[in-house]
Amino acid sequence: MVGNIIELTDLTKKYGSFTAVDNLNLTIREGEVFGLLGPNGAGKTTTILMMLGLTEPTSGSVKVCDINSTTNPIEVKRRVGYLPENVGFYDNLTGLQNLLFTARLNRLSGKDATARAEQLLDKVGLSKASGKETGKYSRGMLQRLGLADLLIKNPDVIILDEPTLGIDPTGVKELLELIVSMSKEQGLTVLFCSHHLHQVQQVCDRVGLFVSGKLLAEGDIQSLSKSLFTSSPYIIEAGVSKPVTAATDSSENEYSVEWISEVLRHIQGITNVYNKNGIFHIECSHDLSSDIAKAVITAGACLNYLNKKEYGLDDIYYRYFEGGEGHE
Amino acid sequence: MNNPGKNPQSFKERSDAGINRFFSRFSVLKRVKKDDEIVHPFWVIVFKEISDHVRSWRFIILIAIIALTCFGSMYTALTTIGKSVKVNDPEGAFLFLKLFTTSDGTLPSFFVFVGFLGPLLGISLGFDTVNSEQNKGTLSRILSQPIHRDYLINAKFMAALIVISVLLFVLGFLVIGLGLITIGIPPTPEEFWRIIFFIMLSILYVAFWLNLAILFSVVFHQPATSALSCIAVWLFLTVFYNLIVSLIAKAIEPSALANPYQVFHYEKIIMTLLRILPSELFSDATTTLLMPSVRSLGPLTMEQIYGAIPGPIPLGQSLMLVWPQITGLIAATILCFVLSYVSFMKREIRSR
Repeated sequence: MVGNIIELTDLTKKYGSFTAVDNLNLTIREGEVFGLLGPNGAGKTTTILMMLGLTEPTSGSVKVCDINSTTNPIEVKRRVGYLPENVGFYDNLTGLQNLLFTARLNRLSGKDATARAEQLLDKVGLSKASGKETGKYSRGMLQRLGLADLLIKNPDVIILDEPTLGIDPTGVKELLELIVSMSKEQGLTVLFCSHHLHQVQQVCDRVGLFVSGKLLAEGDIQSLSKSLFTSSPYIIEAGVSKPVTAATDSSENEYSVEWISEVLRHIQGITNVYNKNGIFHIECSHDLSSDIAKAVITAGACLNYLNKKEYGLDDIYYRYFEGGEGHE
Repeated sequence: MNNPGKNPQSFKERSDAGINRFFSRFSVLKRVKKDDEIVHPFWVIVFKEISDHVRSWRFIILIAIIALTCFGSMYTALTTIGKSVKVNDPEGAFLFLKLFTTSDGTLPSFFVFVGFLGPLLGISLGFDTVNSEQNKGTLSRILSQPIHRDYLINAKFMAALIVISVLLFVLGFLVIGLGLITIGIPPTPEEFWRIIFFIMLSILYVAFWLNLAILFSVVFHQPATSALSCIAVWLFLTVFYNLIVSLIAKAIEPSALANPYQVFHYEKIIMTLLRILPSELFSDATTTLLMPSVRSLGPLTMEQIYGAIPGPIPLGQSLMLVWPQITGLIAATILCFVLSYVSFMKREIRSR
């Protein structure tokens, strides 16, 4: 039985006349990796702060693990690990000492704390640097130490606020793999906040699009793209050229859009065809790649390249902003 | 035959057991010793803060300054103490207290030094309490742990207070010890208690400045701003406020022919203006505690002095005399703490 681990109901936070979070309703199920996506200043961090009881909502309620975060933040903080944006450590202490401090704040005894801290440092690959002062750590190491730091309390939910900020691509990949493997291993619920779409796409089960305090859409990436691109959720990219023997001139090597439209005329479900950089883009309502390939081959042309392109978060994101601007 | 040298093992065991018994009275210390016990998060923060303070360069430099000046003033006190006792001095019986109050004019005495450097100590321990945590990005991490928010600020205050107390008690006892060695006359119980009360008063005074610094550290986001504001307040209160009061005093000074009531009221107004100052409260209180012959802190009429035999008053009476000063200092300290507490609790904690 999978229950809801985070429930936000009509959550609103106002700073004076500015509304940071506007009537937010969101539920996150146990054990899933949820990505909260939005540009800077969308209210992501404010939402997290309200989940942890670090700031009070103007109205609405937050429930984490069935506990109200506003009235009982201590219980919530016992179950939720939070990695803030730009996490900082005490520079004059070593990585291990920093972890031990957090562990003892979570009422672990000295012995348990040491055992757990060493185990976690090993897991995040910092066991060699555990005796080094954190002032000398690199950004990626700090972020990994932050991960160990939030896991030390053995949480049910972990909230990561822009965890990949300022890390090089390989570091990002490692960190994300670490997060996902750990969450699967321990059955953690992960709330992942970011404006990096690709990263979220790689790891999240579901995403929520969050723009200027409002949740525009939520769901897995496929259903999101379906709901957005109702007319043409698929794009087939096809590179078609004339057979070598037929053509002598290179300029006549390519077919025109009219030609391919004619070829594909009989296939149901094609909504639009256009040429982009010498490759035909065929928008269609469902997966038609095999039909298209068959039609092109039967027409006697060479099919050099065929690619089924699904919409990524980038496209979803931009489409939303276009839509958003269009409404205003 | 009971020979302690014969069986050293059992003697050591016994003394160890004694030490353990002694420490077990302090549950906190006991918990530190055992590794498998759970320490309350409040004390975890306190211990961390104390170790941070003690290891910081800032603190080491301050200790060096304070210790040097105190020993300098002790030295002058010791060299001039012989001349300071006069035949008919009502404080002749309180030779030991003179260690803290005598000076030959080149260096101020011990208690003046404490009054001067104490604020600096309080400010330096407190000015970056909250804002440095915020700037390091550790504040939101610590507060997302399952602790109450006020633990942090309370524990930090507690840690600095413990450090200050230990420092001042050590200095006070060092002065007593050195005095014992050099002049060879032990302090009477009354003198001892007067010194203890003086040290506690100094702790209270430093705690006031510490709380002011903590307040600024909550209000200002940059540690440099908060340090400068603290020092500005300190300078204003120690230097400029006195100047302003003396200006006012000149302006409202009654003529030489004014009747005694007018003079009395004038004196009272000036006194009241000065007693807004924590430093004035502190110096009033310490003077009374360390010089038992002081019997009033306000103006006295001729009738009150007439027929009085100059002589020391008992400790209880001295304490009664300075009770308003002590209350005022405590009130100022609590006010600063409450202000910083409230603004910290209402603050939204963001990372950096």
